[in-house]
Amino acid sequence: MIEPNRQGDVWVFAEHEDGNLSEVSLELCGKARELADRLGVSTAAVLPGRDLDGVTKPLISHGADKVYRVQDPRLEHYRTLPYARVMCRLIDKHKPQIVLYGATPLGRDLAPRVASEMRAGLTADCTDLDIGDYEDKGAGTKHSNLLLQIRPAFGGNIIATIVNHDRWPQMATVREGVMFLGEGDDKRTGEIVNETIVFEDVDEIVRVIERHREPRTVNLKGARAIVAGGAGVGSKDDFGLIHDLAGAIGGAVGASRAAVDAGLVGKEHQVGQTGTTVRPALYIACGISGAVQHRAGMEESAKIIAVNSDPEAPILSVAHYGIVGDLRTVIPMMIKSIKERA
Amino acid sequence: MPYNCVVCVKQVPDTANVTVEAMKSDGTVNRAALPAVFNPEDLNALEAALRVRDTHGGTVTVVSMGPLGAAEVLRECLFRGADRCILLNDRRAAGSDTLATSYILSRAVKKLGACDFVFCGRQAIDGDTAQVGPQLAEKLGLPQVTYYERILDLTDRKVLIRRNMGDGWEVVETELPLLVTVLDTANKPRPPAARRVLRHKRAKAPGEVAREVQDAMPDATSQEREVEEASRIEKLKMQGLLIEQWGLDEVEADLAWCGISGSPTKVHRIQSIVLTKEGFTNVPPTQEGVRDLIHELIVDHTFG
Repeated sequence: MIEPNRQGDVWVFAEHEDGNLSEVSLELCGKARELADRLGVSTAAVLPGRDLDGVTKPLISHGADKVYRVQDPRLEHYRTLPYARVMCRLIDKHKPQIVLYGATPLGRDLAPRVASEMRAGLTADCTDLDIGDYEDKGAGTKHSNLLLQIRPAFGGNIIATIVNHDRWPQMATVREGVMFLGEGDDKRTGEIVNETIVFEDVDEIVRVIERHREPRTVNLKGARAIVAGGAGVGSKDDFGLIHDLAGAIGGAVGASRAAVDAGLVGKEHQVGQTGTTVRPALYIACGISGAVQHRAGMEESAKIIAVNSDPEAPILSVAHYGIVGDLRTVIPMMIKSIKERA
Repeated sequence: MPYNCVVCVKQVPDTANVTVEAMKSDGTVNRAALPAVFNPEDLNALEAALRVRDTHGGTVTVVSMGPLGAAEVLRECLFRGADRCILLNDRRAAGSDTLATSYILSRAVKKLGACDFVFCGRQAIDGDTAQVGPQLAEKLGLPQVTYYERILDLTDRKVLIRRNMGDGWEVVETELPLLVTVLDTANKPRPPAARRVLRHKRAKAPGEVAREVQDAMPDATSQEREVEEASRIEKLKMQGLLIEQWGLDEVEADLAWCGISGSPTKVHRIQSIVLTKEGFTNVPPTQEGVRDLIHELIVDHTFG
């Protein structure tokens, strides 16, 4: 645990594997930049690993002012104990006020270990972060400019805002794809700080014997937002709009059976009784009439938006918002509005 | 060689049916207002431990922290083959976040003495944080292997484990003692065994016995009730049907690290998104209409 340090930086744990930075780390560099600007402090990324030259620069172009690099052969592949050692030592040394991790399997393994050792607070799986004030009514104290850690809880039925006002750093894991991924600015400059960590024998107790990575397939079950297209999308070209909107909101691409049967998109995207059953926070159904088999697979979604040219389409009976119009004009409007807000 | 396994389990509210009435004004959950179930992945953790014992010998001890009602999941563990169950129950533990919870659990595991494996479910369905396992490992000074799928080899103190990270898998080799967090894909939990249900359905924790005596002897003096309680508890113990109950004092927990005061994270605000399901808004297909809709979704955190 470190004492609240209002001059402390905003940090991002930079996750990378086989020479590729994870997108969420770059998303977080952008978010850290925004939070740090509001707090009037700097941003830094912590980058442990073996070969770091290829993965350093993108962190700076996406918003890091500093990159703390720890190059060591022991850090070639992620392992909990040596990586936790790196994080704890550097937090102790530099006293950041905020540390963000991607809510990936790796981040969710590392962050709680670090939080426990630091005796600091940690909020899992945030979908939004903000800076704000908090009044502790029990203790009668007020705290300004804290990290507001916003996350769904209780199976997605509620949204909780969590703060950590006294036992710092304020730490959170953040869901992939919820923060805006900027293009990055190659002209941004930053400082590279090489750090050396003294490891202990116990850090080596877990040895990776074999590892295998599979390229990501469609993850409809885990998606917080899904944009789905139906037969009404018409053509494979226009189905590109569905992908574009999903990309803009960091969601997954879904489809009705009719769209899959028409060859507009692969079967792995199918939502419904014969496909995947989903209940994301947001489901945007575009050009889907809403046959009962499709509705059965998505009507538990927390919020449903239907875009359809037919005002009588059954999908509108389960939707919370209906936009009756041509999806070829409505979807570009949605993307434009989202980009304006980002 | 035999192995001593500890399993941490949690009774959770069934998060499929949450209403705003189930939330207290301080943002914490009124568990009494919801049906309580055995956290699904904790059943996988129990199964993993039972398989180690069934193959190699040893013991399976289950610890659950929670209200008195959590004795129900411990009985479920007895039905499935657990050797010993401990209910960690103390009002002063209420409001604990994951850090305080893992601290309290670590005190209980330490009190149990030397163990070889600690099994936890990966995450509980009420919070979905997956934090308690790794935090408990750190508090116990144990290495952690998260996303456990199965043991490939266990010989003496050396264990080979396959983990599943969703986008790939890994085989790791390490030494005992060790904490693992178990995925729902790890195994198929065994159902309760009929013979064990018959034998253990009367198992109780002392707190439950006290309630039972209270109901049975409403007019008795507190002294009379205490005598009756002690005799019933002794009887359960003789029959091997006592679910042990420990408080924070029994596990020698430092109260500064327990409950709300021991929890660095505080709930600032709760918004229900269940209630917004009502109603239908017709959005005009214009740039303005769409912009207002997107704004609304950003404000209510549907997306960031």
